[in-house]
Amino acid sequence: MSDFVSGFWSIYITVIVLVSVIGCGVLLWSQDHARSTPGMTMGHVWDETLEEYNNPLPNWWRWMFYITVAFSLAYLALYPGLGSYAGQLNWSSRGQYDKEIADANASYDPIFDGYLKQDLIAVAADPKAREMGRSLFLTYCAQCHGSDAKGAKGFPNLTDKDWLWGGEPGQIETTILDGRSGVMPPYGGNPDAVGGETGAREIASYVRSLSGLTYDSIKASQGKERFATVCAACHGLDGKGNQALGAPNLTDKTWLYGSSEATIVETITKGRSNSMPGHRDFLGAAKVHLLAAYVVGLGGSVQPATPPAAAVTVSPGNK
Amino acid sequence: MQSQATYNYKVVRQFAVMTVIWGIVGMLVGVIIAAQLVWPELNVVEWLSYGRLRPLHTNAVIFAFGGCALFASAYYSVQRTCHTPLFAPRLAAFTFWGWQLVIVLAAITLPLGFTQAKEYGELEWPIDILITLVWVSYAVVFFGTIVQRKTSHIYVSNWFFGGFILTVAILHLVESAAIPVTFWPMKSYSAYAGVQDAMVQWWYGHNAVGFFLTAGFLGIMYYFVPKQANRPVYSYRLSVVHFWALIFTYMWAGPHHLHYTALPDWTQSVGMIFSLILLAPSWGGMINGIMTLSGAWHKLRDDPILKFLVTSLSFYGMSTFEGPMMSIKTVNALSHYTDWTIGHVHSGALGWVAMVSIGAIYYMIPRLFGKNEMYSVKLINTHFWISTIGVVLYIASMWIAGVMQGLMWRATNPDGTLTYSFVESVKSTYPFYMIRLLGGVLFLSGMLLMAYNMFKTIAGGKAVDAPVLAPVVGSGVLTPAAAIAHA
Repeated sequence: MSDFVSGFWSIYITVIVLVSVIGCGVLLWSQDHARSTPGMTMGHVWDETLEEYNNPLPNWWRWMFYITVAFSLAYLALYPGLGSYAGQLNWSSRGQYDKEIADANASYDPIFDGYLKQDLIAVAADPKAREMGRSLFLTYCAQCHGSDAKGAKGFPNLTDKDWLWGGEPGQIETTILDGRSGVMPPYGGNPDAVGGETGAREIASYVRSLSGLTYDSIKASQGKERFATVCAACHGLDGKGNQALGAPNLTDKTWLYGSSEATIVETITKGRSNSMPGHRDFLGAAKVHLLAAYVVGLGGSVQPATPPAAAVTVSPGNK
Repeated sequence: MQSQATYNYKVVRQFAVMTVIWGIVGMLVGVIIAAQLVWPELNVVEWLSYGRLRPLHTNAVIFAFGGCALFASAYYSVQRTCHTPLFAPRLAAFTFWGWQLVIVLAAITLPLGFTQAKEYGELEWPIDILITLVWVSYAVVFFGTIVQRKTSHIYVSNWFFGGFILTVAILHLVESAAIPVTFWPMKSYSAYAGVQDAMVQWWYGHNAVGFFLTAGFLGIMYYFVPKQANRPVYSYRLSVVHFWALIFTYMWAGPHHLHYTALPDWTQSVGMIFSLILLAPSWGGMINGIMTLSGAWHKLRDDPILKFLVTSLSFYGMSTFEGPMMSIKTVNALSHYTDWTIGHVHSGALGWVAMVSIGAIYYMIPRLFGKNEMYSVKLINTHFWISTIGVVLYIASMWIAGVMQGLMWRATNPDGTLTYSFVESVKSTYPFYMIRLLGGVLFLSGMLLMAYNMFKTIAGGKAVDAPVLAPVVGSGVLTPAAAIAHA
């Protein structure tokens, strides 16, 4: 695609660039041919002592200058630079990129595709595949989940047995391929039923009681009722969550944003919105397969309820 | 040969003293952010975090330290080479107070987070307007003095100062063009969008280097090197070629900051070839400065001011060789976004800009305060060695770190995955961050020695304004060098 709205601007750029490059050479040539008188000064004095010799241009410097001008003209003949003229080599940064990607795909696709054909558990057990998965993880996942995959506030730990969206190998692969979006609405979407800030504090006490943390028993008993009305819809009456919705289990020791009463109140009153981006289009199914296998190999995954072959449904489409 | 009138040294004294003060402040901030890279825990509060202090450092060293050095030396040399006091002295006084106000406002607003988010052009629109007023006044004072000159020809240092003042005015206006939204809190939106915004940014950014940090400081070089060496400039012919070629070619070089980006390929190529052509014009200045010493090399042995000036030219030559090399696309593919760029900038900023300014200030201070030399010449020598070692540590560590980062980022395994994660390259850079910090501390220590030496000199002297000299009537024709009577 042309960078110019009309042919005029291409000519305009071409003329200005050529005149400017050649102009540098002409400037040098004209001064090079002006009379120099080594050892003589120009006959002007400023501020008592300031004078100028009329020495000639150093020869090596002169030639260095001419060579850069000649190089520039040659470069403009070979590469894009003169408006929309593409250059004799027909090089473009887009073309270079496309070629590098094509070359890389030709060399590496067979390696990745070989693993894509294998079952996830088998790939997870393959040391070579784990090494590749680790490289990919450190490149694409470590920014959020950490180099050790143990996560951070708001970013899940991938090495424990606690999973928001399910820890079976197939579920992990689906999470990486298509991403997840977890939303907890403020006050569970129903501020009146929660009972405002006071109610939120009561629910927080109850929730802390579920996971064995210290709590205010009076508040907790009041919170229990509100929890059953509002929160149980997603988190379940027993507070054990629902992986189909990404609703966390509130009875274990894992807290994505923190377990202090203040943090839980904040979570209830302001809600939380979190997303894991999908990587199907960005990385392609084969690299995701290796990444999922790497995560499974970290030891946190859970046994699939169904046979693995059925759980892993991968479309080999995009790369 | 002397008239009653005196040169206006007051504004020169003010700018010269503030050069040293702002140098210390700007370099101290530099040392702090260098330490923050080694110890991230030093990011204590947001106002003093790396992201806020980094633009404060660049603004302070370029515009406060470098700017004051340029004002002081341009005002000093333009009146002396024109044999007339400064034009519009009250306007000259305004440039001093106006520029100091700009600096103070920058020191307040940048840590508070006010920024136009344009590198080296961060200051928000009300400050931009103040800068414009000060700069136009600077131009009026400078060119007014040139117009009133008592000599037929204009001395070469004034070509460079003049080119620098005119071009920086244009650069500032184009870069800072923005739609103001609110006065307080200060907020504006850039007049440009997308890739045009990026191109304007680096057209400005590279010319800030080319005109503020190069042309202006070549003006300093052309006055103070021949003065201190007491030798004629090596070649008038070379001055003519490299002046015009330099100021013309720099204008084109900006796109090399945007290699392999959304900028059209033709623009990148044009930026690259003019950056290569720039090598010879840049070296022209170095040759003219260093060759001015031919026949007087022995003076280098015991004149620490000359050591500063000549070493600065060596660093200038090094960084203007390195710059064109880094502008070549394939080299840039390795160097871009690494600490190599930081090393390159500092070989220019510390080695060239700071050292030539320091030399000029050491030259001027005794003359401005009625003394023959600085309080301690020995301390100047110590300062020279401390800062030279500091610069070498700084740039060598950043070169190694930069090349290492570039190689680590591009390394791939046989299976096509990346060999190193980004954080591994950060980890490997830590030792070099330590060495860089040490280099910075050394350079800053040198500036503290300079401040001590300066205040001792001032305390032992008193402010004097030298009488305006009548020009020596040159023959106006070519004169054998032997006929020149040198002190």
